[in-house]
Amino acid sequence: MAKKDSGKDRLDENELNKGRRNFLKQSSVLTALAVTPTALVKAAEEGLDEKAAGYFEKMALSIEINGVNHNLSIEPRTTLLDLMREQLALTGTKKGCDHGQCGACTVHVDGNRVLSCLTLGVMMQGKKITTIEGLADGDKLHPMQEAFIKHDGFQCGYCTPGQIMSGIACIREGHANSDEEIREYMSGNICRCGAYPNIVKAIADVKKGGQKL
Amino acid sequence: MINFNYLRVSTTKGAVDAIVRDSAAQWIAGGTNLIDLMKKGVMSPQKLVDINNLPLKEIKKEGNKLVIGALALNSAVADNELVRKEQPLLSLALQAGASAQLRNMATVGGNMMQRTRCPYFYNPDMPCNKREPGTGCGALKGFNRMHAIFGASDKCIAVHPSDMSIALVALDSTVLVSGPKGDRRIPFQNFHRLPGDLPQKDNTLERGELIVAVEIPDNKLNKNVHYLKVRDRASYAFALVSVAAAVDLQGDTIKDVRLAMGGVAHKPWRLMEAELFLKGKPASEANFREAAALAMKDAKGYGHNNFKLKLAPNTLVEALKTATGKG
Repeated sequence: MAKKDSGKDRLDENELNKGRRNFLKQSSVLTALAVTPTALVKAAEEGLDEKAAGYFEKMALSIEINGVNHNLSIEPRTTLLDLMREQLALTGTKKGCDHGQCGACTVHVDGNRVLSCLTLGVMMQGKKITTIEGLADGDKLHPMQEAFIKHDGFQCGYCTPGQIMSGIACIREGHANSDEEIREYMSGNICRCGAYPNIVKAIADVKKGGQKL
Repeated sequence: MINFNYLRVSTTKGAVDAIVRDSAAQWIAGGTNLIDLMKKGVMSPQKLVDINNLPLKEIKKEGNKLVIGALALNSAVADNELVRKEQPLLSLALQAGASAQLRNMATVGGNMMQRTRCPYFYNPDMPCNKREPGTGCGALKGFNRMHAIFGASDKCIAVHPSDMSIALVALDSTVLVSGPKGDRRIPFQNFHRLPGDLPQKDNTLERGELIVAVEIPDNKLNKNVHYLKVRDRASYAFALVSVAAAVDLQGDTIKDVRLAMGGVAHKPWRLMEAELFLKGKPASEANFREAAALAMKDAKGYGHNNFKLKLAPNTLVEALKTATGKG
Protein backbone atom coordinates (compact mmCIF):
# COMPACT_ATOMS: atom_id res chain seq x y z
CA MET A 1 0.00 0.00 0.00
CA ALA A 2 1.13 3.56 -0.63
CA LYS A 3 3.08 5.16 2.19
CA LYS A 4 1.10 7.74 4.08
CA ASP A 5 2.00 11.40 3.73
CA SER A 6 2.64 12.04 7.38
CA GLY A 7 1.45 15.65 7.81
CA LYS A 8 4.07 18.10 6.58
CA ASP A 9 2.83 20.82 8.94
CA ARG A 10 3.61 18.90 12.11
CA LEU A 11 6.97 17.36 11.55
CA ASP A 12 7.92 16.34 15.06
CA GLU A 13 10.31 13.69 16.22
CA ASN A 14 7.74 10.94 15.88
CA GLU A 15 7.18 11.82 12.29
CA LEU A 16 10.89 11.83 11.59
CA ASN A 17 11.10 8.38 13.15
CA LYS A 18 8.17 7.25 11.04
CA GLY A 19 9.92 8.50 7.91
CA ARG A 20 12.94 6.53 8.96
CA ARG A 21 10.84 3.44 9.54
CA ASN A 22 9.23 3.76 6.15
CA PHE A 23 12.64 4.18 4.55
CA LEU A 24 13.82 1.03 6.30
CA LYS A 25 10.71 -0.84 5.18
CA GLN A 26 11.28 0.20 1.59
CA SER A 27 14.94 -0.67 1.67
CA SER A 28 14.20 -4.04 3.17
CA VAL A 29 11.84 -4.70 0.27
CA LEU A 30 14.66 -3.91 -2.13
CA THR A 31 17.04 -6.12 -0.19
CA ALA A 32 14.52 -8.95 -0.27
CA LEU A 33 14.12 -8.45 -4.01
CA ALA A 34 17.85 -8.86 -4.42
CA VAL A 35 17.97 -12.10 -2.45
CA THR A 36 14.72 -13.66 -3.64
CA PRO A 37 15.96 -15.61 -6.68
CA THR A 38 18.47 -17.49 -4.52
CA ALA A 39 15.79 -18.25 -1.97
CA LEU A 40 13.55 -19.58 -4.71
CA VAL A 41 16.27 -21.74 -6.20
CA LYS A 42 17.01 -23.05 -2.72
CA ALA A 43 13.34 -23.81 -2.14
CA ALA A 44 13.17 -25.70 -5.43
CA GLU A 45 16.33 -27.64 -4.64
CA GLU A 46 14.97 -28.74 -1.32
CA GLY A 47 11.65 -29.73 -2.88
CA LEU A 48 9.77 -27.24 -0.73
CA ASP A 49 6.23 -27.91 -1.86
CA GLU A 50 4.58 -26.62 -4.96
CA LYS A 51 4.28 -23.01 -5.86
CA ALA A 52 6.33 -19.95 -5.05
CA ALA A 53 6.26 -16.42 -6.43
CA GLY A 54 8.87 -13.75 -5.82
CA TYR A 55 8.52 -10.02 -5.34
CA PHE A 56 6.96 -8.32 -8.35
CA GLU A 57 6.93 -11.68 -10.03
CA LYS A 58 3.58 -12.65 -11.46
CA MET A 59 2.03 -15.99 -10.77
CA ALA A 60 0.04 -18.19 -13.09
CA LEU A 61 -3.61 -18.56 -12.12
CA SER A 62 -6.35 -20.69 -13.66
CA ILE A 63 -9.74 -19.60 -12.52
CA GLU A 64 -13.30 -20.05 -13.78
CA ILE A 65 -15.51 -16.98 -13.54
CA ASN A 66 -19.15 -17.22 -14.58
CA GLY A 67 -18.44 -20.35 -16.59
CA VAL A 68 -15.50 -18.85 -18.48
CA ASN A 69 -11.99 -20.22 -17.93
CA HIS A 70 -9.23 -17.67 -17.50
CA ASN A 71 -5.52 -18.42 -17.56
CA LEU A 72 -3.95 -15.35 -16.01
CA SER A 73 -0.75 -13.98 -14.65
CA ILE A 74 -1.17 -11.89 -11.51
CA GLU A 75 0.81 -10.36 -8.66
CA PRO A 76 0.35 -12.21 -5.35
CA ARG A 77 -1.07 -9.06 -3.73
CA THR A 78 -3.94 -8.73 -6.22
CA THR A 79 -7.28 -9.34 -4.55
CA LEU A 80 -9.97 -11.30 -6.35
CA LEU A 81 -12.02 -8.08 -6.41
CA ASP A 82 -9.29 -6.03 -8.09
CA LEU A 83 -8.50 -8.87 -10.46
CA MET A 84 -12.10 -9.01 -11.68
CA ARG A 85 -12.67 -5.26 -11.83
CA GLU A 86 -9.30 -4.04 -13.10
CA GLN A 87 -8.06 -6.87 -15.29
CA LEU A 88 -11.18 -8.65 -16.47
CA ALA A 89 -13.57 -5.66 -16.73
CA LEU A 90 -16.11 -7.46 -14.54
CA THR A 91 -17.25 -4.35 -12.70
CA GLY A 92 -20.57 -5.71 -11.50
CA THR A 93 -18.94 -6.67 -8.20
CA LYS A 94 -18.55 -3.43 -6.24
CA LYS A 95 -15.75 -2.11 -4.09
CA GLY A 96 -17.30 -0.49 -1.03
CA CYS A 97 -15.00 -0.37 1.99
CA ASP A 98 -12.30 -2.74 0.64
CA HIS A 99 -11.83 -3.95 4.25
CA GLY A 100 -14.48 -6.65 4.69
CA GLN A 101 -16.96 -4.47 6.51
CA CYS A 102 -19.69 -3.73 3.95
CA GLY A 103 -20.38 -6.82 1.82
CA ALA A 104 -20.59 -4.94 -1.51
CA CYS A 105 -17.91 -7.24 -2.98
CA THR A 106 -19.71 -10.50 -2.12
CA VAL A 107 -19.27 -13.26 -4.72
CA HIS A 108 -19.68 -17.04 -4.68
CA VAL A 109 -16.58 -19.27 -4.61
CA ASP A 110 -17.53 -22.86 -5.40
CA GLY A 111 -21.08 -21.88 -4.45
CA ASN A 112 -20.28 -20.24 -1.09
CA ARG A 113 -20.54 -16.51 -0.45
CA VAL A 114 -17.25 -14.79 0.42
CA LEU A 115 -15.79 -11.28 0.36
CA SER A 116 -13.69 -10.80 -2.76
CA CYS A 117 -11.87 -7.78 -1.25
CA LEU A 118 -10.27 -10.00 1.42
CA THR A 119 -9.48 -12.85 -0.98
CA LEU A 120 -6.15 -13.07 -2.75
CA GLY A 121 -6.47 -14.00 -6.41
CA VAL A 122 -3.57 -16.48 -6.18
CA MET A 123 -5.46 -18.40 -3.52
CA MET A 124 -8.33 -19.05 -5.97
CA GLN A 125 -6.38 -21.50 -8.16
CA GLY A 126 -8.87 -23.91 -9.77
CA LYS A 127 -11.90 -22.33 -8.11
CA LYS A 128 -15.25 -21.51 -9.70
CA ILE A 129 -16.41 -17.95 -9.12
CA THR A 130 -19.92 -16.61 -9.69
CA THR A 131 -20.57 -12.88 -9.77
CA ILE A 132 -23.68 -10.80 -10.39
CA GLU A 133 -22.84 -10.94 -14.12
CA GLY A 134 -23.18 -14.72 -14.06
CA LEU A 135 -26.72 -14.96 -12.67
CA ALA A 136 -29.00 -14.12 -15.60
CA ASP A 137 -29.73 -16.67 -18.31
CA GLY A 138 -29.38 -14.48 -21.38
CA ASP A 139 -32.13 -11.87 -21.06
CA LYS A 140 -33.90 -13.86 -18.37
CA LEU A 141 -33.05 -12.47 -14.97
CA HIS A 142 -32.31 -14.67 -11.96
CA PRO A 143 -35.33 -15.00 -9.60
CA MET A 144 -33.47 -12.96 -6.96
CA GLN A 145 -32.83 -10.17 -9.46
CA GLU A 146 -36.53 -10.21 -10.40
CA ALA A 147 -37.51 -10.11 -6.72
CA PHE A 148 -35.29 -7.09 -6.00
CA ILE A 149 -37.03 -5.22 -8.83
CA LYS A 150 -40.50 -6.36 -7.77
CA HIS A 151 -39.97 -5.36 -4.13
CA ASP A 152 -37.94 -2.22 -4.84
CA GLY A 153 -34.99 -3.67 -2.90
CA PHE A 154 -32.61 -0.79 -3.60
CA GLN A 155 -32.24 2.94 -4.03
CA CYS A 156 -28.77 3.90 -5.25
CA GLY A 157 -28.00 0.29 -6.18
CA TYR A 158 -24.34 0.22 -5.17
CA CYS A 159 -24.74 -2.51 -2.54
CA THR A 160 -27.23 -4.44 -4.70
CA PRO A 161 -24.87 -6.90 -6.44
CA GLY A 162 -23.52 -7.92 -3.03
CA GLN A 163 -27.01 -8.08 -1.53
CA ILE A 164 -28.25 -10.32 -4.35
CA MET A 165 -25.25 -12.68 -4.19
CA SER A 166 -25.61 -12.85 -0.42
CA GLY A 167 -29.39 -13.32 -0.57
CA ILE A 168 -29.09 -16.31 -2.90
CA ALA A 169 -26.51 -17.89 -0.57
CA CYS A 170 -28.66 -17.12 2.46
CA ILE A 171 -31.48 -19.24 1.01
CA ARG A 172 -29.12 -22.02 -0.15
CA GLU A 173 -27.58 -22.23 3.32
CA GLY A 174 -31.04 -22.71 4.82
CA HIS A 175 -30.94 -19.46 6.79
CA ALA A 176 -33.95 -17.70 5.27
CA ASN A 177 -36.74 -19.30 7.28
CA SER A 178 -38.07 -16.11 8.86
CA ASP A 179 -37.63 -12.36 8.43
CA GLU A 180 -35.63 -12.35 11.63
CA GLU A 181 -33.28 -15.07 10.41
CA ILE A 182 -32.87 -13.31 7.04
CA ARG A 183 -31.92 -10.08 8.82
CA GLU A 184 -29.33 -11.89 10.98
CA TYR A 185 -27.77 -13.82 8.10
CA MET A 186 -27.76 -10.77 5.79
CA SER A 187 -26.09 -8.53 8.38
CA GLY A 188 -22.80 -8.62 6.49
CA ASN A 189 -24.33 -6.55 3.68
CA ILE A 190 -24.70 -2.90 4.56
CA CYS A 191 -27.17 -0.67 2.67
CA ARG A 192 -26.66 3.00 3.46
CA CYS A 193 -29.87 3.94 1.64
CA GLY A 194 -31.70 1.79 4.18
CA ALA A 195 -33.55 -0.45 1.75
CA TYR A 196 -33.43 -3.28 4.28
CA PRO A 197 -37.20 -3.91 4.67
CA ASN A 198 -37.57 -4.42 0.92
CA ILE A 199 -34.41 -6.51 0.67
CA VAL A 200 -35.84 -8.83 3.34
CA LYS A 201 -39.15 -8.96 1.42
CA ALA A 202 -37.35 -9.87 -1.81
CA ILE A 203 -35.40 -12.71 -0.19
CA ALA A 204 -38.45 -14.02 1.69
CA ASP A 205 -40.42 -13.98 -1.58
CA VAL A 206 -37.79 -16.01 -3.45
CA LYS A 207 -37.56 -18.43 -0.54
CA LYS A 208 -41.36 -18.83 -0.57
CA GLY A 209 -41.29 -19.43 -4.34
CA GLY A 210 -39.18 -22.52 -3.61
CA GLN A 211 -37.17 -22.39 -6.86
CA LYS A 212 -33.86 -24.18 -6.86
CA LEU A 213 -31.21 -21.45 -6.81
CA MET B 1 -0.74 -3.38 -0.12
CA ILE B 2 3.00 -4.04 -0.38
CA ASN B 3 3.98 -6.93 -2.58
CA PHE B 4 5.19 -10.21 -1.14
CA ASN B 5 6.32 -13.71 -1.94
CA TYR B 6 3.67 -16.37 -2.08
CA LEU B 7 4.22 -20.04 -1.35
CA ARG B 8 1.64 -22.81 -1.36
CA VAL B 9 2.29 -25.81 0.88
CA SER B 10 0.39 -29.07 1.28
CA THR B 11 1.83 -30.72 4.40
CA THR B 12 2.14 -29.66 8.03
CA LYS B 13 5.88 -30.27 7.87
CA GLY B 14 6.19 -28.17 4.72
CA ALA B 15 4.24 -25.40 6.42
CA VAL B 16 6.42 -25.46 9.53
CA ASP B 17 9.68 -25.64 7.53
CA ALA B 18 8.70 -22.68 5.37
CA ILE B 19 8.17 -20.50 8.44
CA VAL B 20 11.23 -21.69 10.34
CA ARG B 21 13.59 -21.02 7.45
CA ASP B 22 12.31 -17.51 6.73
CA SER B 23 11.86 -15.03 9.58
CA ALA B 24 9.82 -12.67 7.39
CA ALA B 25 7.31 -15.34 6.39
CA GLN B 26 3.85 -15.82 7.80
CA TRP B 27 1.07 -18.37 7.30
CA ILE B 28 -2.18 -17.41 5.66
CA ALA B 29 -5.42 -19.39 6.03
CA GLY B 30 -8.73 -17.53 5.59
CA GLY B 31 -6.87 -14.22 5.46
CA THR B 32 -9.86 -12.19 6.65
CA ASN B 33 -7.83 -10.38 9.30
CA LEU B 34 -4.32 -10.59 7.85
CA ILE B 35 -5.17 -9.15 4.43
CA ASP B 36 -7.02 -6.28 6.09
CA LEU B 37 -4.00 -5.57 8.31
CA MET B 38 -1.68 -5.72 5.30
CA LYS B 39 -3.85 -3.24 3.41
CA LYS B 40 -3.63 -0.88 6.38
CA GLY B 41 0.15 -1.27 6.62
CA VAL B 42 -0.13 -2.70 10.14
CA MET B 43 1.46 -5.99 9.15
CA SER B 44 3.86 -6.48 6.28
CA PRO B 45 5.09 -10.07 5.95
CA GLN B 46 7.48 -10.49 3.04
CA LYS B 47 6.23 -13.96 2.33
CA LEU B 48 2.82 -15.56 2.72
CA VAL B 49 2.73 -19.32 3.15
CA ASP B 50 -0.71 -20.54 2.09
CA ILE B 51 -1.76 -23.48 4.29
CA ASN B 52 -5.26 -23.97 2.89
CA ASN B 53 -4.30 -27.22 1.13
CA LEU B 54 -3.33 -28.91 4.41
CA PRO B 55 -5.71 -31.73 5.37
CA LEU B 56 -6.93 -30.07 8.57
CA LYS B 57 -10.63 -29.47 7.91
CA GLU B 58 -12.16 -32.50 9.57
CA ILE B 59 -14.61 -32.39 12.49
CA LYS B 60 -14.80 -35.77 14.24
CA LYS B 61 -15.25 -37.71 17.48
CA GLU B 62 -12.17 -39.32 18.98
CA GLY B 63 -13.24 -41.37 21.97
CA ASN B 64 -15.49 -39.01 23.87
CA LYS B 65 -13.67 -35.91 22.60
CA LEU B 66 -14.72 -33.67 19.76
CA VAL B 67 -11.75 -32.82 17.55
CA ILE B 68 -12.01 -29.90 15.16
CA GLY B 69 -9.37 -29.38 12.48
CA ALA B 70 -7.66 -25.99 12.50
CA LEU B 71 -8.73 -25.26 8.93
CA ALA B 72 -12.41 -26.08 9.46
CA LEU B 73 -14.36 -22.99 8.44
CA ASN B 74 -16.24 -21.07 11.12
CA SER B 75 -19.50 -21.62 9.19
CA ALA B 76 -18.81 -25.36 8.80
CA VAL B 77 -18.23 -25.74 12.54
CA ALA B 78 -21.27 -23.63 13.49
CA ASP B 79 -23.56 -25.69 11.22
CA ASN B 80 -21.99 -29.09 11.97
CA GLU B 81 -24.51 -31.60 13.39
CA LEU B 82 -22.03 -33.09 15.87
CA VAL B 83 -21.07 -29.64 17.18
CA ARG B 84 -24.69 -28.51 17.44
CA LYS B 85 -25.65 -31.64 19.34
CA GLU B 86 -22.65 -32.02 21.66
CA GLN B 87 -21.22 -28.51 21.99
CA PRO B 88 -24.04 -26.11 21.12
CA LEU B 89 -22.32 -23.28 23.03
CA LEU B 90 -19.54 -23.28 20.43
CA SER B 91 -22.07 -23.12 17.61
CA LEU B 92 -23.86 -20.18 19.26
CA ALA B 93 -20.61 -18.26 19.80
CA LEU B 94 -19.52 -18.79 16.20
CA GLN B 95 -22.86 -17.61 14.85
CA ALA B 96 -22.53 -14.43 16.92
CA GLY B 97 -19.21 -13.60 15.27
CA ALA B 98 -18.55 -11.58 12.10
CA SER B 99 -20.88 -12.06 9.10
CA ALA B 100 -22.00 -15.06 7.05
CA GLN B 101 -19.43 -14.22 4.34
CA LEU B 102 -16.55 -13.91 6.82
CA ARG B 103 -17.56 -17.14 8.58
CA ASN B 104 -17.35 -18.86 5.18
CA MET B 105 -13.71 -17.75 4.91
CA ALA B 106 -12.35 -17.68 8.46
CA THR B 107 -10.87 -20.86 9.96
CA VAL B 108 -10.84 -22.10 13.55
CA GLY B 109 -7.07 -21.59 13.86
CA GLY B 110 -7.24 -18.17 12.24
CA ASN B 111 -10.08 -17.11 14.53
CA MET B 112 -7.83 -17.78 17.52
CA MET B 113 -4.93 -15.96 15.86
CA GLN B 114 -6.83 -12.80 14.91
CA ARG B 115 -5.41 -9.55 16.26
CA THR B 116 -7.15 -7.02 18.46
CA ARG B 117 -9.46 -4.49 16.80
CA CYS B 118 -8.09 -1.65 18.96
CA PRO B 119 -8.17 1.42 16.68
CA TYR B 120 -4.71 2.51 17.87
CA PHE B 121 -3.29 -0.85 16.79
CA TYR B 122 -5.00 -0.42 13.42
CA ASN B 123 -3.62 3.05 12.72
CA PRO B 124 0.15 3.16 11.98
CA ASP B 125 0.13 6.93 12.67
CA MET B 126 -0.79 6.29 16.32
CA PRO B 127 1.36 4.96 19.15
CA CYS B 128 0.77 1.28 19.98
CA ASN B 129 2.99 -1.06 21.97
CA LYS B 130 1.41 -4.07 20.33
CA ARG B 131 2.19 -2.89 16.81
CA GLU B 132 5.45 -1.11 17.59
CA PRO B 133 6.81 -1.97 21.05
CA GLY B 134 8.02 1.07 22.95
CA THR B 135 5.82 3.65 21.24
CA GLY B 136 3.31 3.74 24.11
CA CYS B 137 -0.37 2.87 24.44
CA GLY B 138 -2.64 5.37 22.71
CA ALA B 139 -5.76 3.89 24.24
CA LEU B 140 -4.69 4.18 27.88
CA LYS B 141 -5.63 7.87 28.03
CA GLY B 142 -7.34 8.00 24.65
CA PHE B 143 -10.61 6.67 23.29
CA ASN B 144 -10.95 3.41 25.18
CA ARG B 145 -14.64 2.61 25.03
CA MET B 146 -14.06 -0.89 23.58
CA HIS B 147 -11.15 -1.72 25.87
CA ALA B 148 -10.26 -4.11 28.68
CA ILE B 149 -11.51 -4.07 32.26
CA PHE B 150 -9.59 -7.18 33.36
CA GLY B 151 -5.89 -8.05 33.33
CA ALA B 152 -4.64 -5.06 31.35
CA SER B 153 -1.25 -3.37 31.86
CA ASP B 154 -0.02 0.18 31.37
CA LYS B 155 1.53 -1.11 28.15
CA CYS B 156 -1.74 -2.31 26.56
CA ILE B 157 -5.46 -2.31 27.34
CA ALA B 158 -6.63 -4.01 24.13
CA VAL B 159 -9.13 -6.88 24.10
CA HIS B 160 -9.16 -10.10 22.11
CA PRO B 161 -12.06 -9.91 19.65
CA SER B 162 -12.91 -13.60 19.15
CA ASP B 163 -16.35 -14.96 20.09
CA MET B 164 -15.44 -18.56 19.28
CA SER B 165 -12.55 -18.46 21.77
CA ILE B 166 -14.88 -17.43 24.60
CA ALA B 167 -16.84 -20.65 24.13
CA LEU B 168 -13.67 -22.72 23.70
CA VAL B 169 -12.10 -21.45 26.92
CA ALA B 170 -15.34 -22.09 28.80
CA LEU B 171 -15.47 -25.67 27.47
CA ASP B 172 -11.99 -26.65 28.76
CA SER B 173 -10.65 -27.09 25.24
CA THR B 174 -7.10 -27.98 24.31
CA VAL B 175 -5.14 -26.58 21.38
CA LEU B 176 -3.05 -29.10 19.41
CA VAL B 177 0.02 -27.60 17.77
CA SER B 178 2.80 -28.96 15.62
CA GLY B 179 6.18 -27.24 15.45
CA PRO B 180 9.87 -27.63 14.71
CA LYS B 181 10.36 -29.41 18.04
CA GLY B 182 7.40 -31.73 17.58
CA ASP B 183 3.79 -31.74 18.76
CA ARG B 184 2.44 -30.01 21.84
CA ARG B 185 -0.89 -29.67 23.65
CA ILE B 186 -1.82 -26.27 25.11
CA PRO B 187 -4.80 -25.88 27.44
CA PHE B 188 -6.98 -23.23 25.80
CA GLN B 189 -6.78 -21.13 28.94
CA ASN B 190 -3.00 -20.85 28.49
CA PHE B 191 -3.11 -20.22 24.75
CA HIS B 192 -3.80 -16.49 24.77
CA ARG B 193 -1.87 -14.32 27.20
CA LEU B 194 -2.24 -11.09 29.15
CA PRO B 195 -0.32 -8.08 27.80
CA GLY B 196 2.09 -7.49 30.71
CA ASP B 197 5.28 -5.99 29.34
CA LEU B 198 5.03 -7.86 26.03
CA PRO B 199 1.75 -6.78 24.42
CA GLN B 200 3.17 -7.66 21.01
CA LYS B 201 2.75 -11.31 21.99
CA ASP B 202 -0.93 -12.29 21.74
CA ASN B 203 -0.40 -15.95 22.63
CA THR B 204 2.04 -18.55 23.88
CA LEU B 205 2.88 -20.13 20.52
CA GLU B 206 6.53 -20.26 19.62
CA ARG B 207 7.84 -19.36 16.18
CA GLY B 208 7.02 -22.14 13.75
CA GLU B 209 4.26 -23.72 15.84
CA LEU B 210 1.15 -24.37 13.77
CA ILE B 211 -2.30 -24.95 15.24
CA VAL B 212 -3.53 -28.26 13.82
CA ALA B 213 -6.70 -28.88 15.84
CA VAL B 214 -8.81 -27.98 18.85
CA GLU B 215 -10.08 -30.70 21.16
CA ILE B 216 -13.17 -30.38 23.36
CA PRO B 217 -13.84 -32.93 26.12
CA ASP B 218 -17.32 -34.32 26.63
CA ASN B 219 -18.30 -32.28 29.67
CA LYS B 220 -22.05 -33.01 29.59
CA LEU B 221 -22.70 -29.29 29.24
CA ASN B 222 -24.84 -29.37 26.14
CA LYS B 223 -28.33 -28.67 27.49
CA ASN B 224 -28.42 -25.38 29.36
CA VAL B 225 -26.17 -23.11 27.35
CA HIS B 226 -26.25 -19.52 26.16
CA TYR B 227 -23.93 -17.07 24.42
CA LEU B 228 -25.02 -13.50 25.05
CA LYS B 229 -23.23 -10.82 23.06
CA VAL B 230 -23.91 -7.16 23.75
CA ARG B 231 -22.82 -4.82 20.94
CA ASP B 232 -23.52 -1.46 19.35
CA ARG B 233 -25.80 -2.97 16.72
CA ALA B 234 -27.87 -6.14 16.70
CA SER B 235 -25.54 -8.10 14.44
CA TYR B 236 -22.13 -7.92 12.76
CA ALA B 237 -20.24 -5.93 15.41
CA PHE B 238 -17.55 -6.74 17.94
CA ALA B 239 -18.64 -7.39 21.51
CA LEU B 240 -18.74 -4.68 24.12
CA VAL B 241 -19.23 -7.55 26.52
CA SER B 242 -20.14 -11.16 25.80
CA VAL B 243 -20.78 -14.11 28.10
CA ALA B 244 -20.56 -17.83 27.40
CA ALA B 245 -22.51 -19.86 29.93
CA ALA B 246 -22.92 -23.64 30.12
CA VAL B 247 -24.76 -25.18 33.06
CA ASP B 248 -25.41 -28.75 34.14
CA LEU B 249 -28.74 -28.27 35.86
CA GLN B 250 -30.30 -30.98 38.04
CA GLY B 251 -33.75 -29.78 38.94
CA ASP B 252 -33.09 -26.32 40.37
CA THR B 253 -29.52 -27.09 41.42
CA ILE B 254 -26.42 -26.12 39.50
CA LYS B 255 -24.40 -29.34 39.44
CA ASP B 256 -21.66 -27.95 37.22
CA VAL B 257 -21.08 -24.71 35.35
CA ARG B 258 -18.64 -23.02 32.96
CA LEU B 259 -18.47 -19.26 32.48
CA ALA B 260 -16.32 -17.01 30.32
CA MET B 261 -16.44 -13.40 29.20
CA GLY B 262 -15.44 -11.70 25.95
CA GLY B 263 -14.71 -8.07 25.12
CA VAL B 264 -13.20 -7.52 28.55
CA ALA B 265 -9.57 -8.68 28.41
CA HIS B 266 -6.50 -9.35 26.28
CA LYS B 267 -7.49 -13.03 26.41
CA PRO B 268 -10.77 -14.96 26.65
CA TRP B 269 -11.67 -14.38 30.30
CA ARG B 270 -12.67 -17.48 32.23
CA LEU B 271 -14.65 -16.85 35.45
CA MET B 272 -13.48 -19.66 37.75
CA GLU B 273 -14.38 -17.97 41.01
CA ALA B 274 -17.97 -17.38 39.91
CA GLU B 275 -18.18 -21.00 38.72
CA LEU B 276 -16.93 -22.30 42.05
CA PHE B 277 -19.46 -20.16 43.92
CA LEU B 278 -22.39 -21.40 41.83
CA LYS B 279 -21.57 -25.11 41.99
CA GLY B 280 -24.10 -26.93 44.16
CA LYS B 281 -26.27 -23.85 44.66
CA PRO B 282 -29.83 -23.28 43.47
CA ALA B 283 -30.17 -21.45 40.14
CA SER B 284 -31.63 -18.13 41.27
CA GLU B 285 -31.17 -14.51 40.35
CA ALA B 286 -29.76 -13.77 43.81
CA ASN B 287 -27.03 -16.39 43.33
CA PHE B 288 -26.34 -15.22 39.78
CA ARG B 289 -25.92 -11.65 41.13
CA GLU B 290 -23.53 -12.82 43.82
CA ALA B 291 -21.51 -14.82 41.30
CA ALA B 292 -21.36 -11.75 39.03
CA ALA B 293 -20.08 -9.62 41.92
CA LEU B 294 -17.31 -12.19 42.50
CA ALA B 295 -16.48 -12.17 38.80
CA MET B 296 -16.12 -8.37 38.83
CA LYS B 297 -13.85 -8.21 41.87
CA ASP B 298 -10.67 -7.15 40.05
CA ALA B 299 -12.31 -5.15 37.27
CA LYS B 300 -10.97 -1.70 36.43
CA GLY B 301 -12.30 0.92 34.03
CA TYR B 302 -10.18 3.36 32.01
CA GLY B 303 -12.69 6.16 31.50
CA HIS B 304 -14.71 5.66 28.35
CA ASN B 305 -15.19 1.98 29.14
CA ASN B 306 -16.39 2.44 32.73
CA PHE B 307 -19.88 1.46 31.57
CA LYS B 308 -18.58 -2.10 31.17
CA LEU B 309 -18.24 -2.35 34.96
CA LYS B 310 -22.05 -2.39 35.08
CA LEU B 311 -22.72 -3.99 31.73
CA ALA B 312 -20.49 -7.02 32.38
CA PRO B 313 -22.18 -8.32 35.56
CA ASN B 314 -25.62 -7.62 34.10
CA THR B 315 -24.71 -9.57 30.96
CA LEU B 316 -23.49 -12.47 33.10
CA VAL B 317 -26.75 -12.57 35.07
CA GLU B 318 -28.86 -12.42 31.89
CA ALA B 319 -26.81 -15.17 30.23
CA LEU B 320 -27.27 -17.43 33.28
CA LYS B 321 -30.99 -16.69 33.41
CA THR B 322 -31.40 -17.60 29.75
CA ALA B 323 -29.17 -20.69 29.99
CA THR B 324 -31.01 -22.09 33.02
CA GLY B 325 -34.48 -20.69 32.39
CA LYS B 326 -34.45 -19.71 36.09
CA GLY B 327 -34.14 -16.57 38.12
